[in-house]
Amino acid sequence: MLRLPQFQVESPDTVEGVVAALQRHAGARVIAGGTDILPNLKHFLDTPPVLVSLARVTALRGLQRDDAAGLLRIGAGVTLTQIAEDAQVRALFPSLAHAAGIVASPVIRNMGTLGGNVNLDTRCRYVNQSEFWRGSIGGGCLKSEGNVCHVVPKGRNCVAAMSSDNVPVLISLDANIVLVGPEGRRVLPLADYFHADGVAHTLARPGEVTVELQLPLPAGPRRARYTKWSVRRSIDFPLLSVALRFDLAADSPHAEVLAAKVVVGVLGAKPRVVTRLDEALGKPLSDPAVARIVSEATHAQCKPLDNVPYEAAYRREMLRVYTRRGVEAMVAEG
Amino acid sequence: MSHLLLSMTVNGEAVQVAAPAHHTLLEVLRYKLDLIGTKQGCDKGDCGACTVQIDGVPQLSCLTLAVHAVGRAVTTVEGLGQQAGGCHPLQDAFDRWNAAQCGFCTPGILLSAEALLRRCAGREPTRLQVCEALAGNLCRCTGYTKIIDAVLDVGRQMAVAAAASAGEVAHAE
Repeated sequence: MLRLPQFQVESPDTVEGVVAALQRHAGARVIAGGTDILPNLKHFLDTPPVLVSLARVTALRGLQRDDAAGLLRIGAGVTLTQIAEDAQVRALFPSLAHAAGIVASPVIRNMGTLGGNVNLDTRCRYVNQSEFWRGSIGGGCLKSEGNVCHVVPKGRNCVAAMSSDNVPVLISLDANIVLVGPEGRRVLPLADYFHADGVAHTLARPGEVTVELQLPLPAGPRRARYTKWSVRRSIDFPLLSVALRFDLAADSPHAEVLAAKVVVGVLGAKPRVVTRLDEALGKPLSDPAVARIVSEATHAQCKPLDNVPYEAAYRREMLRVYTRRGVEAMVAEG
Repeated sequence: MSHLLLSMTVNGEAVQVAAPAHHTLLEVLRYKLDLIGTKQGCDKGDCGACTVQIDGVPQLSCLTLAVHAVGRAVTTVEGLGQQAGGCHPLQDAFDRWNAAQCGFCTPGILLSAEALLRRCAGREPTRLQVCEALAGNLCRCTGYTKIIDAVLDVGRQMAVAAAASAGEVAHAE
């Protein structure tokens, strides 16, 4: 039995109310679906005096296509089940619908929200454990109550893994994140939202809350896919995750690749955008060379750490395999 | 520790219950309302033993704050039987197929399965659909085969009943 630390709950019904409540209570945290924060609180990784609930903020639950702005706007409070089942998301952004639909388990997707998944706390085999467990290895680590890193000995920087399924996909689709805080509203590319510090891995300022994710509508033909490896295919967090996106000259897997984007998660605290894919451009997507170039570049540039289960060396090898299979599956699907 | 007075509907009955703000729905159901059919397993979202329905959607009561259930309708395994006037067809099928061994996961599985059959609305679910719907509920005894068979059995019965009633309507017209 895991008890929660004591806290009070505030349930405002507007975004302004949430921002005000966060300002009123130092150290307050936001709770939406609760599937990430509550296990962490039960492990006493934080003891906020107040949780500010988004349960009554109906303004965060919209999912609309905005043709004037050329965007699909997804409210931060939309559940992962809703995203996975939404006809527009499935038609326009199939890789996002797929990623949202394979997060954890059906019951968790019924509760968890997109905003919560984007802000999912970084995870590490030495952090997401009970207080007793952490105490037994000498009193925690950089991200919990200690001051050492068990993954990178003598490391001064926390390398807990960004484990969201949706973040790599959203970055591959050039999504923007909209935050509202005491200084107003700001929009920034999701690719710039993360930084390589597992203790505070987003650029959200104190008192800011995520209100929306914006996806630019596809401008031309493309193929996109998300592929992840986890032990049981349900409930588990990913052990590696790769989001792929290829812009094509025509709507066929045999069309030339105009642009390629590959984003990898579950490395350190920051998702990695794979670079130097130029060699794949101009070739038909179905050319086996494309799968080889992309998977070799991913393998060369991404170095998993021993921060989640399974050996880093094996995960790095599987990164090459899963990336190649992802491209091959896109071709096979036509 | 100050308590809040929480109003919600549990198994069709309006209840008011006093609980601290940091209590989960699971704690309120089990320890304030004595509805111990809902099980406390891992307590952190891994096992699904605490699955209940909130407004008809299966959710984990161990990761739901009790205050989040205010004004909403909660259904537990106790309510599932009441709904059907004694024994729900799923409960009957689990008995006939020996789908429960130790029984700890059964309440959660019943509520996940009931939501699937309701969404199928008279169409027979596929084996894959049943597997996917139960993918958040761990069972360490059965190997799932009998559980899935039991759910498919009820799905088939419901599809037959739906087809028969549609036939009757067509006949009457």
